[in-house]
Amino acid sequence: MQQRVALPHKQINADLLNITLKAPLWWWITVGVLGLFVLAAFSSVAVLVNKGLGVTGLNRPVMWGLFIVDFIFWIGISHAGVMLSAILRLSKAEWRRPATRAAEVLTVLSLLWAALHPVIHAGRLWRIMYWAFPYDFSRGIWINIRSPLVWDPSAIFTYLTGSALFVIVALIPDLAVIRDRTTGIRHQIYSILAMGWRGTPRQWKLQIVAGFLLSALLLPVFVSVHSIVSWDFAVAISVEAWHVTIFAPYFVIGAVHSGVSAVVTMMVLMRWLFGWHAYIREEHIDALGRLLIVIATTWLYFFFLEFSFALFSRESQEIALRELQVFTWPWWPLFLTFILAGYVIPVGLWLSKRVRRSWVMMFWTSLLVNIGMWLERLIIVIPGLSRKTPFSFDWGTYHPSLIEVTIIVGGYAFVFLLLLLFAKAFPLIPIFDIKEGQTLSENIKIGRRTVPALRVEE
Amino acid sequence: MTKMLAVFKEEEKAAKATEELEKAGHTNENFDILTGSPYPEGAFGEAEPKHHLYVYPLVGAFVGFSMGLLLTIATQSAWPLVVGGKPILSIPAMMIPMYEGTMLGAILFTIAGILFESRLPNLKGGLYDPRITEGYVGITIEVAKKDAGELQKLLEKAGAEEVLRRES
Repeated sequence: MQQRVALPHKQINADLLNITLKAPLWWWITVGVLGLFVLAAFSSVAVLVNKGLGVTGLNRPVMWGLFIVDFIFWIGISHAGVMLSAILRLSKAEWRRPATRAAEVLTVLSLLWAALHPVIHAGRLWRIMYWAFPYDFSRGIWINIRSPLVWDPSAIFTYLTGSALFVIVALIPDLAVIRDRTTGIRHQIYSILAMGWRGTPRQWKLQIVAGFLLSALLLPVFVSVHSIVSWDFAVAISVEAWHVTIFAPYFVIGAVHSGVSAVVTMMVLMRWLFGWHAYIREEHIDALGRLLIVIATTWLYFFFLEFSFALFSRESQEIALRELQVFTWPWWPLFLTFILAGYVIPVGLWLSKRVRRSWVMMFWTSLLVNIGMWLERLIIVIPGLSRKTPFSFDWGTYHPSLIEVTIIVGGYAFVFLLLLLFAKAFPLIPIFDIKEGQTLSENIKIGRRTVPALRVEE
Repeated sequence: MTKMLAVFKEEEKAAKATEELEKAGHTNENFDILTGSPYPEGAFGEAEPKHHLYVYPLVGAFVGFSMGLLLTIATQSAWPLVVGGKPILSIPAMMIPMYEGTMLGAILFTIAGILFESRLPNLKGGLYDPRITEGYVGITIEVAKKDAGELQKLLEKAGAEEVLRRES
């Protein structure tokens, strides 16, 4: 049952620009607190640059630690946005309207932070230029195209550029709304940003076609990005458990699982923080909950395949690694938590409609998924490397340092801070999309009930 | 010439006004509609917008693919160092930057196409009313100075809240 209520355009503007036009006190306090975490994180990066990678817990043979774990996690989060937005746009799903902008912005910001991980992980950040970009014209030493560590930047750059432009193009009509509601210097800034948008039928038509076209273009890019991230692992022959063909789809579906869950968390937060009760409704998280059951179960299928085929081969290296992940301290409790948090508890609960329509339950279950999915990446990366492999000649272990933990924690603050800053400058729900939904809807009488229906364009 | 913008509170009245304009001999090529959100095509009897946006990603994809091909071949040939016994021009590895180049080219050209086809940035401005983004519907039309008074009456009679004029 749809719970839409008819709202005049003036009220939609006022509601969805409540933060943009006048930020409440909590916004300033939260921004200040998050800013301190971010400052701590970037100070830690400065220490790392100054002292070198010795300040991290990285040591032979575990040379990929929390930075890489968190990198995969944030790349995964970034998949939600465009995937969700693109598929819902292309399928003309009506409940997409309040979710698309937030999902797309989450994509851009999480991708931005994800892209910084390998740079920080390199220790000498500036050297990334030589490794990742065809830059060194004078000496003629070029990047190694055959390395997956070059494929990654090319994919992330394309995805980041495309997603950011996708957000900007869809923002133009809403910038005009802010332009029309501001005065002074803010009016001048938004006038420039709105580029003289007037709202002619031509502009609206192109805006809608652009939404479909960019969605269709970004979908294959999003699939490629996490596939390529998985190939950082899968094309390496040194770690047996990583050298599997299923990693690409397994990573992609895992990314979608954690990403869509992150969108749910964000939508619940937006409703609570910004008071958008009339726009983010139970029907929306209910639909997302149902979608998540399908996504999570598909992910479980790939996880099962990856795990069972490793055991079926009966190769000693594979068996030993699974034993380490599942039965050995400290990995077994983490593995158990990952399975419970990543699938069993949330999906079990989402089967109930009452849970899917409960803001509190959806907030905590979607958060739980991401705890589980973060642990999944940890369990793939660290145990895989800490075993002796043909090229590492050594057993080892890994204890993250305070510097690493500070950077990782600060990263979460960084993304949340950027989201709040975005919300201050631009609406997190597409205003014109909500208005279009209002225009296309009308109340119809079915039996004794009057329900909102959609006028479908042929 | 006189440029006019009639602002209507209700969309039905705006639609009726366009009918009156057509009856008075103005074709839908002469007037334009301004709205704060998308409406189904032809809701106000406006001319169907024609565009060539679908061509842009195709051209962009070709340019991007060419750039990707050039980049991968040129850089590997410039420093032909054999790594891990793999061929210098390793097609499977080259396909990835080439694919990303293709998609990036298609996306960048599409964005350029959206702006160009939407006639943005619109530096000329034109008659506009902030009430448009509050749900009002605007009809813009340009007529000869001598016909402006009569047209204003027609628009006001059709239900326009206000008719703005600018002489040029």
